[in-house]
Amino acid sequence: MSTEHVVPTRVYYTIFGILMLCTYLTVQIAVFDLGPLNTIAALVIAVLKATLVVLFFMHVKYSTRLTWAVVLGSVFWLGIMLALTMSDYLTRAWMTFG
Amino acid sequence: MPEAVHHHHPALAHHFDDLEQQKEAATLGMWVFLVTEVLFFGGLFLVYTVYRAWYSEAFAVASHELDVTLGTINTAVLITSSLTMALAVHAAQLGQRRLVIIFLVATMALGAAFLGIKSIEYYHKFTEHHVPGPSFAFEPHEYARHAQIFFSLYFIMTGLHALHMVIGLGIMTWMLWWAWRGTITAEYYSPIEVSGLYWHFVDIVWIFLFPLLYLIGRHVH
Repeated sequence: MSTEHVVPTRVYYTIFGILMLCTYLTVQIAVFDLGPLNTIAALVIAVLKATLVVLFFMHVKYSTRLTWAVVLGSVFWLGIMLALTMSDYLTRAWMTFG
Repeated sequence: MPEAVHHHHPALAHHFDDLEQQKEAATLGMWVFLVTEVLFFGGLFLVYTVYRAWYSEAFAVASHELDVTLGTINTAVLITSSLTMALAVHAAQLGQRRLVIIFLVATMALGAAFLGIKSIEYYHKFTEHHVPGPSFAFEPHEYARHAQIFFSLYFIMTGLHALHMVIGLGIMTWMLWWAWRGTITAEYYSPIEVSGLYWHFVDIVWIFLFPLLYLIGRHVH
């Protein structure tokens, strides 16, 4: 369980290449009118990029379980905030009964 | 244990058993801080989501006014700065003082370039009257009110992001000083590692800001 993990630099260069490629892709995809898929594609690519940064640049892949718990915890609480708030705002138009 | 005290690394604080434990605590502490940052920016993304769900057409039209080329260049600049930051940490782990300094300077230069490009964009927005307030003007006029909400969010979110970049540059100056005077060694590199976590986090915020602010109107004519 040593945190003294030195990642080979080629890993960093590979991740950098993928991040650049993803940036190019997200800009290219945005030109086409895909309806709601535009936003979904943009977010999927952004989440992929963020995950790569967290796992490799921020060394979470090589970190302790406690660090994993904290990182996932941030995503979990963010999810609660977004999900519960949007479940309110997006369903207000439904209130035609009563 | 007076014997143990004798062998203490000068950077080891007395309340830690060893440097390994100290480094783990520092990393965890930074991650806990980053959780608060995730939720801080998360609140802004939430506001963005609510208004975009309500005024999606106006948001797309307003987003079309942003300079995609400059935004893309800035994304590339920031990703490259994350690479040089990761390489600075790598050099610090191996105790390569010269490389740490070179990569930190590169990271700071790229960070400064990002802020420079951002200020050019802000300048354009001022001349185009797209800054929310009394002089705000937007064509077509029927979108003006809701476009102003988009630009308010644009300035608040990119402004707070830029503030984080400025703070990051301050932290990197500090780290540069520590690397220069030899505080950073292969045994004690956690300050660089932890500063790197902050820098990468700010990069991640931009990874989400870029498509959500710049790209949502690209297919609109």
